[in-house]
Amino acid sequence: MPWTRKDLITLEELSLDEIDQIHATAAAFKKILGRSVKKVPALRGKTIVNLFLEPSTRTRISFDIAAKRLSADVISFDASASSTTKGESLRDTAENIRALGADMIVLRHAASGSPLYLSKLLDIPVINAGDGAHAHPTQGLLDTFTMREHLGSLKGRKIVILGDILFSRVARSNIHALKKFGADVTLCGPSTLVPRHLTALGVTVSHDLRGALAGADVVMLLRIQHERQSANHFPSLGEYTSMFGLNKTRASWLNPKALIMHPGPINRGVEIDNDLADGPNSVILEQVTNGIAVRMAVLYLCSGGQPENVIASSD
Amino acid sequence: MTPIWIHSARIIDPATKRDAIGDLYVNDAGKIVPALSAAAKKRARKIDATGLVACPGLVDVHVHFREPGQTHKETIATGSRAAAAGGFTTVVCMPNTSPVADNAGTIQAIKDAADRDAVVRVYPTGCITTGMKGQALAPIGSLKRAGVVAITDDGDCVQSNALMRSAVEYAKMFDLPVMDHCQDHSLTQGAVMNEGVMSSRLGLRGWPNAAEDIIVSRNVILSSYTGAHIHCQHISSKYSVELIRRAKARGTRITAEATPHHIALTDAALEHYDTHYKMNPPVRTEEDRLAIIEGLRDGAIDIIATDHAPHTDYEKDREFDNAPNGILGLETSLPVTLDILVRQSKFKLPHVIDLMTRKPAQLLNLEAGTLAEGANADICLFDPKEKWLYDAKKGQSKSANSPWSGQTLTARVKHTIVGGKVVFENGKIK
Repeated sequence: MPWTRKDLITLEELSLDEIDQIHATAAAFKKILGRSVKKVPALRGKTIVNLFLEPSTRTRISFDIAAKRLSADVISFDASASSTTKGESLRDTAENIRALGADMIVLRHAASGSPLYLSKLLDIPVINAGDGAHAHPTQGLLDTFTMREHLGSLKGRKIVILGDILFSRVARSNIHALKKFGADVTLCGPSTLVPRHLTALGVTVSHDLRGALAGADVVMLLRIQHERQSANHFPSLGEYTSMFGLNKTRASWLNPKALIMHPGPINRGVEIDNDLADGPNSVILEQVTNGIAVRMAVLYLCSGGQPENVIASSD
Repeated sequence: MTPIWIHSARIIDPATKRDAIGDLYVNDAGKIVPALSAAAKKRARKIDATGLVACPGLVDVHVHFREPGQTHKETIATGSRAAAAGGFTTVVCMPNTSPVADNAGTIQAIKDAADRDAVVRVYPTGCITTGMKGQALAPIGSLKRAGVVAITDDGDCVQSNALMRSAVEYAKMFDLPVMDHCQDHSLTQGAVMNEGVMSSRLGLRGWPNAAEDIIVSRNVILSSYTGAHIHCQHISSKYSVELIRRAKARGTRITAEATPHHIALTDAALEHYDTHYKMNPPVRTEEDRLAIIEGLRDGAIDIIATDHAPHTDYEKDREFDNAPNGILGLETSLPVTLDILVRQSKFKLPHVIDLMTRKPAQLLNLEAGTLAEGANADICLFDPKEKWLYDAKKGQSKSANSPWSGQTLTARVKHTIVGGKVVFENGKIK
């Protein structure tokens, strides 16, 4: 099936086949990234605007590099530099960017649903680089890509997502992708941060860390913050670590070959012990590297490219 | 004034328990009369109402007309025309204008504007607290003297129980009902929709039922403790319906309203982050929706009110988090309510008319809501079967923020008469 989508808004709406196509394209780009000349001319002459209206460093750099590897012209700007601080609406900002001749917008925004809103306004592709607590599709794609590289099929695999699920778009995107792959997903963490409503998505919710980690093939840790929004959700970082932090003892409950993942940025000593973050089971830096290939695939496909062209040229 | 002879309507007047096909007469003083003299009949404007229902002009105790201060959204002139188009002849305005209606001067300005510009009867409410800030009592006695029919901090629920207790005790002295928007702020920080499966999926901050239930409980307790009448606005939660039902069974002076949107919609409508479904309190689950309908059926909930809340296109055309709360209600209330309550829930038509006429008028002691002999000739004539395409942009309201825009609705207001004067007829304001 050819790729037909203009936008990437959420993984919930993608079919398993579409996720497969992105992964296959990403795998081909990854091969190319291993060569001495890493750049391909796929998006030469195209202008991609990274519109990051919520602060982000790693996702923005990753999209930046991905676009440059595809030979696109990239312009990045963030909230502090944009007219939104002067009260310009998102519609006006986006329509101005369109009028300036942009061919694609990569949007990061604190308000859930804003990439969908933008995609309906504009005829150019809109890529969601994270919206509120809703979705972070490229993160979900790169996480499942990394899991598949190590585990092959994810069907029936036990995947634990541990930490702040309530405010996490990363968790939501992973849940949608993992369910499509037939994985057995468990969400774990303090009851205030793991909303019971999510069981409606076909996942297990658990507050028993030992039971959750027992025999798991993957544990994905989410960054724990004890700031404005979650201040009332748990007593302290110290208590979180004592109850839910991943340490050597708790890691021994996992499948011995289990992958330890984290979308970053890591709080060493809070959600994960220092040694584990750098240990043999950790694939945290691989996730970062794979992020480039996955984002290249998304930018390429949504600008009208087809998977087989890349796959052929990577051989 | 020309007398009016409404011929062959189904006349429904719950106040006099009337439901029969017949003729309805309005004399030249704008009052309902049992008959007209032969001479008057000759002069009368005759309306052939075959197939139409004639009921008391509808009464809405919860509208936002945005005047003074936010007249880009609505004015008393446009809001009252929207009311007339929806069959409403009496409306009660919320005080969250700019400046807020917390003093007699602002109330007088609203009354002056209504006298000058309105085509239906418009009554003001005043604030419970100064500046609607929830910190100190507004001059409730002066507000009463200036003509308010109730006090409310609608949109900003009074959080302090001590202040609310004082407000209801003090207002009771003037026989003024206190209307409360039931929302515990500490539970709804940043909330933009119902908390539940949908909010989890959409990644939007949830507004839990508990935040309403706690304040409804508070109001039940304060009403029971002080004997004051507290009216709970736009109930959205199942548990709240049950709280009110039980309080009423004990004789507590608590009343409640439901909006057409809370009986028609659920949070499933938010799937695509359409801001035309963003309101406060939010639409909730099917379970809540059905409980509110049952509340209307057995009287736990007293009335229908629209919470008509106009906002401009450009204000609603935002990211969901950043769009204002509220939707239009006046021009769609009758068809939507009839669809849900009569067609889907098998209420009798006179029962629904009662919820929209006699009962809301009685709630605030308004002279309205009946076709009894001698009453003001405030009449709504509607075709219960006519299907029509509602286009909010072509409506009478200055704004167009309605989730029903573009939909075909059943039941259409044909004539609206206020004090014996036809103010709306066949799609046009007279």
